[in-house]
Amino acid sequence: MTGPRYPLLMAALSTLVAALFLASLLTGPAGIGPGESLAALFRGGDDLLALVMRELRLPRAILGLLVGAALGMAGAVLQGFLRNPLAEPGLIGTSASAALGAVLAIQTGLSAAFPLGLPLAALAGAALSVLLVLMLAGPRGGTLALILAGIAISALAGAATSLVLNLSPNPFAINEIVFWIMGSLADRSMLHVWIAAPFMGLGFVLIWPMRRALNALTLGEDAAASSGVHLGRLRLMLVAGIAALIGGATAVAGTVGFVGLVVPHVLRRAVGASPARLVPAAALGGAAVVLAADIAVRLIAPGRDLKLGVLTALVGAPFFLHLILKTRREGL
Amino acid sequence: MLELRALSFHRGGQAVLDGIDLSIGAGEFVGLLGPNGAGKTTLLRAALGLLPARGHSSLARLSARERARAAAYMPQGREIAWPMPVEALVALGRIAHPHSAGATDRAAIERAIAALHLDPLRHRRATELSGGEQARTLIARALAQETPLLIADEPIAGLDPAAQIDAMRLFRRLAGQGHAVLASLHDLGLAARHCTRLILLHQGRIAADGPPQAVLTAANLARVFGITAHLAQGPGGILFQPLDTIEGEDR
Repeated sequence: MTGPRYPLLMAALSTLVAALFLASLLTGPAGIGPGESLAALFRGGDDLLALVMRELRLPRAILGLLVGAALGMAGAVLQGFLRNPLAEPGLIGTSASAALGAVLAIQTGLSAAFPLGLPLAALAGAALSVLLVLMLAGPRGGTLALILAGIAISALAGAATSLVLNLSPNPFAINEIVFWIMGSLADRSMLHVWIAAPFMGLGFVLIWPMRRALNALTLGEDAAASSGVHLGRLRLMLVAGIAALIGGATAVAGTVGFVGLVVPHVLRRAVGASPARLVPAAALGGAAVVLAADIAVRLIAPGRDLKLGVLTALVGAPFFLHLILKTRREGL
Repeated sequence: MLELRALSFHRGGQAVLDGIDLSIGAGEFVGLLGPNGAGKTTLLRAALGLLPARGHSSLARLSARERARAAAYMPQGREIAWPMPVEALVALGRIAHPHSAGATDRAAIERAIAALHLDPLRHRRATELSGGEQARTLIARALAQETPLLIADEPIAGLDPAAQIDAMRLFRRLAGQGHAVLASLHDLGLAARHCTRLILLHQGRIAADGPPQAVLTAANLARVFGITAHLAQGPGGILFQPLDTIEGEDR
């Protein structure tokens, strides 16, 4: 429709993601040359450099890519589905519920006793929130019912998280929880990759075939339904897909906010505002943003463990305010 | 094309639609008339199966996919969520035909753009157009779906006089080509002149159904709309001019 612009944009975004992935592999406190690092990654062997590359840098870069893609894609899908540029994966309560699950795992000691305890609890929280949202919004529930259900669940999960922190007798657990909620990709292993990847893959598979339906929704639910979109099925697939993406991302990285809000918004005009085209573009854009932010936290404050989620929120929240002002000016 | 039998819909214990029987065949351009709140939008949505109504509707029985190939629908709310180019928006009509070839799609989109004279606007963002231009874009979207039946809820509201006449002629031409059009309308004069058949809806029931001159009678206008009007036979159809409201009438 817009000529070669869309393929060009996708190619540019892919190149950017590849470059940032490489940069992420080469960024770290060890201070080794790029050629040497990459050689060590592919050489195998058990020397220290190969271990650093394989066990620390590679999973971190892969997770940056996966988490960013999941957040960007979930944001694009949610905005398209709710026809609201201010929508965010956090909106339907998935992020907050995943965080609550993880917090409970830390608090009960499940995460210490069993390495998969935390991610599995986060996934359980995300899944539970989706079931609750679907129950509250009902099979024929409209967009408004879905948003309200999401807000209610977000508030509930937030309150429950505060309660856990409030009642926690263990200051170390509180410390751990607070740091985990901030969101980070530091010190993750390949195990985390294997935990997150299947869920994100599932989310992708659920969402990908629904892109045309997202386009149809541009003209409202009645117009979409009369163009052959089965709204109930669409809602189920999208909400389950978003839960899988966000549950997987939150499980391994904590809460990394605003990526799902900012990235689709920035890319919308470039894809001709088509919600379908925005889905893959926002996945690439999200990957680029999270990879870049994760490189930035390592460069800005080496050795201080600046949290990824803190950085994205610091950059993202003012952007959100700007968006609200802009929306108000346009009288939407 | 469309077959409704005893179609009823209740909202809050009140009948919004009460036993609608209706059959629309190929070649008809049916104008659905009635005062505000008569149930026009509800009737169109129930006929499409977008509302869980009681009774029989030939469209509501179809699966969403089959229905999308049987009937296109232009809702009353002119919702355009994203600043898409006009051309891309018209192309949304082709979502109903996921397996059709690209060339077929393009041809349908071009026909719809030409029919609504949208060529000068095709690269403009739809959200930045005027209300009337948006309405024309949305009519074109429904047209691009290329279905036997076109259902439109107040398609010509907000259009300028020339665009209104153009749209009515277009619907009449579609009917002449063997399609059927069912459109709710408020402009009784245009309805009288261009529709092949009018249906007068009053308090959820069909008050009159037939050719324009049989439906737009002084008695029907007084009973359903509470107005008096000047009706005359002119060149090319009925001339209709509303004159006054009737006070104290039980409507």
